[in-house]
Amino acid sequence: MDIIVCIKRVPQTAEADVKIDASKKDIIKDRLTFDMNEADTYALEEAILFKEKFGGTLTVVSLGGVEAEDTLRIALAKGADHAIRIKAEEFGELDGYKTAAIIREAIKDTKHDIIFTGCMATDDAYSQVGVILAELLGIPHATLVTKIDMKNDKLHAYRELEGGLLEHLEITLPALCTIQTGINEPRYASLLAIRRAAKKELTVVGKAEIAGENIMSHSVLDELYVPPVGKRAEMLTGSMDEITAKLGSIVKEKGLL
Amino acid sequence: MEFDLTNDQKMLQNEVRKFAASELGPVAPDLDTSGEFPWDNLKKMAEMGLLGIIIPEEYGGAGFDFVSLAIAIEEISRVCATTGVIVAVNNSLVGYPIMQFGNDAQKKKYLPLLASGKKIGAFGLTEPNAGSDVAAIETTARLDGDHYILNGTKRFITNAGEAGVFIVFAYTNKELKHKGISAFVVERDTPGFSFGKHEDLMGIRATANCELIFEDAKIPKENILGEENAGFKICMNTLDVSRIDIGAQAVGIAQGALDEALKYSKERRAFGQPICNFEMVQSMLAEMATMTQAARLLVYYAGYCKDKGMKRFSRESAMSKYFATTIAVDVARMAVQIHGGYGYTKDYPIERIYRDAKILELYEGTSEIQKIVIARDLLK
Repeated sequence: MDIIVCIKRVPQTAEADVKIDASKKDIIKDRLTFDMNEADTYALEEAILFKEKFGGTLTVVSLGGVEAEDTLRIALAKGADHAIRIKAEEFGELDGYKTAAIIREAIKDTKHDIIFTGCMATDDAYSQVGVILAELLGIPHATLVTKIDMKNDKLHAYRELEGGLLEHLEITLPALCTIQTGINEPRYASLLAIRRAAKKELTVVGKAEIAGENIMSHSVLDELYVPPVGKRAEMLTGSMDEITAKLGSIVKEKGLL
Repeated sequence: MEFDLTNDQKMLQNEVRKFAASELGPVAPDLDTSGEFPWDNLKKMAEMGLLGIIIPEEYGGAGFDFVSLAIAIEEISRVCATTGVIVAVNNSLVGYPIMQFGNDAQKKKYLPLLASGKKIGAFGLTEPNAGSDVAAIETTARLDGDHYILNGTKRFITNAGEAGVFIVFAYTNKELKHKGISAFVVERDTPGFSFGKHEDLMGIRATANCELIFEDAKIPKENILGEENAGFKICMNTLDVSRIDIGAQAVGIAQGALDEALKYSKERRAFGQPICNFEMVQSMLAEMATMTQAARLLVYYAGYCKDKGMKRFSRESAMSKYFATTIAVDVARMAVQIHGGYGYTKDYPIERIYRDAKILELYEGTSEIQKIVIARDLLK
């Protein structure tokens, strides 16, 4: 089984004071810590479990700057066999389409039975790359997958829908799955594996190796901003049942339901 | 001069930081309350390789250097000082002397046990009447056929209540004074070896700190570590290395205190604004951050000296321990001050951090002993 996982290095903003930079198209990243996108950690773990169960090779790919190589090496330390960095610094502004198209150029000749991506990146929240990549490769896909298995050479993917419903899909390989967070327990890389991965060669590709130079974004970021602080807040008091009832009626009143 | 961590050190730091925050931090308050030895933590850390960070790969360790060991201990101690010292003792007070002074048979037997966490290590030096004055230890070892017979008591031994492998120091020749001390590797189930008082400590409360009692304990003669009567040198050399790790533990404790103080100062409001806006609070935060970073660099430098193969680095090691432990106690004090009255309650972790910090100035050589080491080196 040849598996590819797409991973992204993102800033950790959950508990940070996020400020917009002078260009108004990005945040100030100087004092932020960076790590593998959360959904990608679950995608990588699922891929490693898949490889452990069915055998084969696991390649991780990241379209990112040179710092993304640390993230790729952690993936190697956790169990990936090969790592490819696509030099983002050579391809200018990226939207979901352009990202997927460039990744497609980099991996189209790499044998793949199944591709995993995270369901969404926490920085831009587009949730597009996995789906667009599958379409460009001409392979079927399933999104927000919460469980996968192989039976009789078919991929079985399970998805959680609203209202507690479960959808079960049978998919012919090669295929792509975007993985939901929380479906497994991502392992920590062992120290010995880290030491070995630090010395491993990565494949680094850019304009010279892949035909991505003329790919255009389909959307352009206009502005990034912090929404104005609201002037009114209402504190709901009472028992849990009373609060829930009040909340429900406010939501309905505001037309949100 | 290169100040950046290497790639593998950065990866180790990030991974251990995440692991510590998710797995160790949440259980630290319970460990402090219960005093129970953290076997769950140790099992997870063994899987990651944290119990044998510097132990060579051929013996099941991760084969990292001493700067990397310091980084890992700092990250663990940042959220749990108790777990930090257990890891420090296992690696540098027990793993290291066996690596450095053990023969092949001892390395093959004991290092894999320590690296895998199947046995935890403890360092049996201090006695009821001998702390700073190492030469005043009273435990004796007499060669009798195929065994050394040990008699004596050790006190305040970290990990002792749960450890399986002990490095124990005893006099084999009193006439040679401190040059007549030998070091032994002693296993838990040795006949004549038992445990005494379990200490109820102010801080680092889950370290199974216990007395060791030797009553005609029979140690196989092949368990002597290094040459007979070479124990004092082994002890001093080991402490030169392990002091770097107590320095690292101190940096971790200081950083943890600073993290808590920063967070609290942004949330707590007084006079209509968060208290981090007030210059007196900012002054404390600035001092805490500067002292912590200075301590970190001293610790890294001492680790670098050891990794570089410097034969003598007692001064650098003692400086790092003395400075880092002194500032850690001060940083913890200022962090409580920033928390105000709430810092005096168990509702916030800072009171535990404050209690954990004090031991840093006392064990593995008091601050006074570190200053003597530094001064003697200066005056040579």
